[in-house]
Amino acid sequence: MIALPAGGKGRARWSFVDNERRLWPAMLAPAILYIALLVGVPFVLSLFYSVSNATVGSRSIQFVGLENFRRIVESGTFWLSLKNTVLITVVSQFLVIVCANILALALTGEFRGKWLVRFLILLPWVAPISLGSIGWLWIFDSIYSVINWTARAVGLLGPHEWPIWLGEPTLAKTSIIIVNVWRIVPLATVIILAGLSSIPQDIHDAAQVDGAGFWRHYFEITGPLIMPITLVALLFGIIFTFTDMIVVFVLTRGGPYDTTQVIASWAYFTGIQGGDLAGGAAISLFLFPVLAIVAVVFLLFAKRAEVT
Amino acid sequence: MTPATARARRLATRAGYGAIRVFFVVLLAFPFYWMLITAFKTNKDLYNTANNPYLFNAPPTLEHIIVLFRDTLFLQWLANTAFVGVLVVAITLVLAVPAGYALARMTGPWAQTLGVAIFLTYLVPPTILFIPFSRIVAQLGVQDTLWSLVLVYPSFTVPFCTWLLMGFFKTIPRDLEDAAMIDGLSRLGAFLKVVMPISLAGILTAVIFTFTLVTQEFVYGVTFITSSSSYTVSVGVPTFLVRGDVYFWGSMMAACLIASVPIALIYNLFVDRFVAGFTVGAVK
Repeated sequence: MIALPAGGKGRARWSFVDNERRLWPAMLAPAILYIALLVGVPFVLSLFYSVSNATVGSRSIQFVGLENFRRIVESGTFWLSLKNTVLITVVSQFLVIVCANILALALTGEFRGKWLVRFLILLPWVAPISLGSIGWLWIFDSIYSVINWTARAVGLLGPHEWPIWLGEPTLAKTSIIIVNVWRIVPLATVIILAGLSSIPQDIHDAAQVDGAGFWRHYFEITGPLIMPITLVALLFGIIFTFTDMIVVFVLTRGGPYDTTQVIASWAYFTGIQGGDLAGGAAISLFLFPVLAIVAVVFLLFAKRAEVT
Repeated sequence: MTPATARARRLATRAGYGAIRVFFVVLLAFPFYWMLITAFKTNKDLYNTANNPYLFNAPPTLEHIIVLFRDTLFLQWLANTAFVGVLVVAITLVLAVPAGYALARMTGPWAQTLGVAIFLTYLVPPTILFIPFSRIVAQLGVQDTLWSLVLVYPSFTVPFCTWLLMGFFKTIPRDLEDAAMIDGLSRLGAFLKVVMPISLAGILTAVIFTFTLVTQEFVYGVTFITSSSSYTVSVGVPTFLVRGDVYFWGSMMAACLIASVPIALIYNLFVDRFVAGFTVGAVK
């Protein structure tokens, strides 16, 4: 494929690939260009739309200043969506971190059927979340909910109690949180597991020799050592939950009466289904601050990793 | 602490861990078990609240799966997903392999930061970009076609795979290339003839993850595509099979299962590398 340089013209042609100061940019440029065009440009456009009156139907776009943001902030749905987004993210990620730490600890070491256990645990993360949510839609079904059936069978539900999981605001939000926890726990678990297995065995042995019991061992040695990696797991969990619209879209479509709407789903229903591109763009920009904070933390992390 | 209590304590810990594993496996895998059992139940059995839903109260049936393949566009959606997947994999490899290699071999303070910056663009969610994209795609005249997805999906697969491959190329010793270059190969030649052949495992990982990301994607699909024959599987099942008042639960659960399990099986083989990519150097 690559002819070896044989002096003369060939030499001149191939000398450039030996010059690393030109080769590296040449190898990086296509990827960076694609990313700039497909992430940078739409992002800037999104900023532009948010201060315009762009709609799906009309081709003309005019600058309207902060009109869209004023409209959004005055709308009750916005505050509800923001509250839901924060609530769902905080509660689900708290549960994720607790569950993932416990589960990761239980997965260390050797045991029978490790491969199968890992496969089953990873399923919720690997399966497309839109399809996983459909599975939950059936589990939360208003008539055939297996949760209700089981609760009644074991006597937790009386003969006239039959919660409609997705039909009542509090229960619907609980359902959305459950599905988000279910989806992110596998990811957080494998990340924390990687942290656990990177702790040298000597440290555990030393603690053992010193007679540290299970809890002291965990809270004074293992826990602090996996703190950074737990933070990484948390950051990913925050991003994936905060910006997600799929779970809400599949389970409730934001209902009943917009009470389970989150920022991302409301942006979709406004911008795409409602055709109000400008409004949708402005709404989705409220996702950006969280994204920016997480990005900064990651960059700090990378700096630290580089130094050590 | 006497040896006897120490042993008792170890056993208790082991039993505790076992119980935790069972608990979480049941919790996490339950929806998939539920899909499985629903997919093979007759409607009569499924829609009778007096029946124990955990059991087959009537003999299992293949009816839902037959309906899925005969009466819906499910096969078409699978084919669409594969079509988009293959093209996105090709674009991703062409862009991400050289970029990952350059980042792995570049020296200087900016190399690592640039790598992280590229990775961070993977985290920019579709829910921020889908509104401008809907217009861009319309202006390019590819709305409602699979080409819109082929164009847009590399915007998250390229950053992810560049990062993944950078990590992989860093594990290949420089000496190999240096030796090849002393033997007269150029840097590019050394990359193509020496590094690439021993990097097939890393490249295969990138292929698997690109394919997984494509299969999982929903937001762009539901935004750009409106005709049911152009859906990918993750968009088609939740939007088309639910439309209307009749829910074909049996067929839907079969569809979810068929689309999820094969990817999960392959993914499981590569998960360690995936985690290494996700931990951003926090684990050494």
